[in-house]
Amino acid sequence: MNYHWNWGIFFEPNPMGTGTYLDMLLSGLVLTIKTALLAWIIALIFGSIVGVMRTLPSRGAYWFGFCWVEFFRNMPLLVQLFLWFFVLPELLPRAAGLWLKQLPNAPFWTAAIGVGFFMSARVAVQLQAGIGSLPRGQKMAATALGLTTVQGYRYVLLPMAFRIILPPLTSEFLNTIKNTAVAITIGLIELTGQARSMQEFSFQVFEAFTAATILYLLVNAVVVTAMRFLERYVAIPGYITGK
Amino acid sequence: MLGSFDFDVIRRSLPYLFYEGMTFTLTLTALAALGGLIFGTAIALMRLSGYKTLGRIAGLYVDFMRSLPLVLVIFWFYFLVPYIGQWVTGASRPISVGAFASSLITFIMFEAAYFSEIMRAGIQSISRGQPAAASALGLSYAQTMRYVVLPQAFRNMLPVLLTQTIVLFQDTSLVYVLSIPDFLGAASKVAQRDGRLVEMYLFAAVVYFTISCIASFGVRRLQSRIAIIR
Repeated sequence: MNYHWNWGIFFEPNPMGTGTYLDMLLSGLVLTIKTALLAWIIALIFGSIVGVMRTLPSRGAYWFGFCWVEFFRNMPLLVQLFLWFFVLPELLPRAAGLWLKQLPNAPFWTAAIGVGFFMSARVAVQLQAGIGSLPRGQKMAATALGLTTVQGYRYVLLPMAFRIILPPLTSEFLNTIKNTAVAITIGLIELTGQARSMQEFSFQVFEAFTAATILYLLVNAVVVTAMRFLERYVAIPGYITGK
Repeated sequence: MLGSFDFDVIRRSLPYLFYEGMTFTLTLTALAALGGLIFGTAIALMRLSGYKTLGRIAGLYVDFMRSLPLVLVIFWFYFLVPYIGQWVTGASRPISVGAFASSLITFIMFEAAYFSEIMRAGIQSISRGQPAAASALGLSYAQTMRYVVLPQAFRNMLPVLLTQTIVLFQDTSLVYVLSIPDFLGAASKVAQRDGRLVEMYLFAAVVYFTISCIASFGVRRLQSRIAIIR
């Protein structure tokens, strides 16, 4: 291979004047984590609401949940980001559209919202499956104790369901982190974006991508370890995973 | 607003969008699914082979691929494949690989990790008595896999494999980052040339949505039809 390796490149100053190339990659990592966390919060909130709606006896709520999930699941994430970023401001009234377009950090907010809504469909399906896996008697017992529907979900069904679906939620969170890389297409310079611009400035393709790869693996390892602890902490006594 | 919506730009670019763009997307999807399935099955067999090192290598590969964003993997292979080609062919400089070949290799390698997990679950769902009966009949390991285990695993997992293929179909839109004219890339080219972002992106969204919806409806029907009653 006639490729010129230069691992020292990370400690050379970058052309943007913001420190070394390593600083550039680390700032990308921070942006990846920030975007992923905000997206994950959005996904959890909307995913929980929609997931619960899909288990309610009301037909209207069920259909709303069904349409929500199908809508966000059947379009590529990239297309959804384009819709949020390029199409939505044009469809809004003029003033609102202009405000959206001039928003500072528009790629960041668009990416967080776009990835968040995309992932909310997946969270909803997981939560629906989690609630569905509970014995029917739980809901009946809650009703028999005089709990309202809201109280039944709040105190009986959801605390169980969320613990059961914790392992699949972990992988959905990892997917959220990975999906933020798609936002490179709307100009979000996160970790993959920084690796790409480092490659363009320095021509050290493989060093840049190796570093980005290692950083992604590290983030994955941290998340997986943290979630293991959380799983053990909230495990339900009496279940296979419980104490 | 929708008052100035220009349907004509869509109509004019239809031949380009579908003959060039959609053909690229569908060919890439089909070949990547096929290649991913073959490699994925091989990886799954490695993991279940009982040889520790072989299993560990396969496991590492799957975990590695699954913890990286597809966009990063696309970039990796785009720059790496010319060098691998040089190494394989012994050429003096990195060989130039076409956009299609580069993205096909990327998607096969990436999807193999996901397909292997599906096939592994499928193989593990076969009851122990089946391979035992096969070896009692005098079938070799290869014959057992070829005639007994894999056909059943494939059949059991067909709906999941097809669902993964729909995900793959949506993921191929990410070759956009290499400026390749797949369906979305073609739509985006027209959009930027004519300044018609709203029309083209909405149209692309509708097309992706329709195809994915019909496909997943088909998978659901297939699932209920081929389900084996036990």
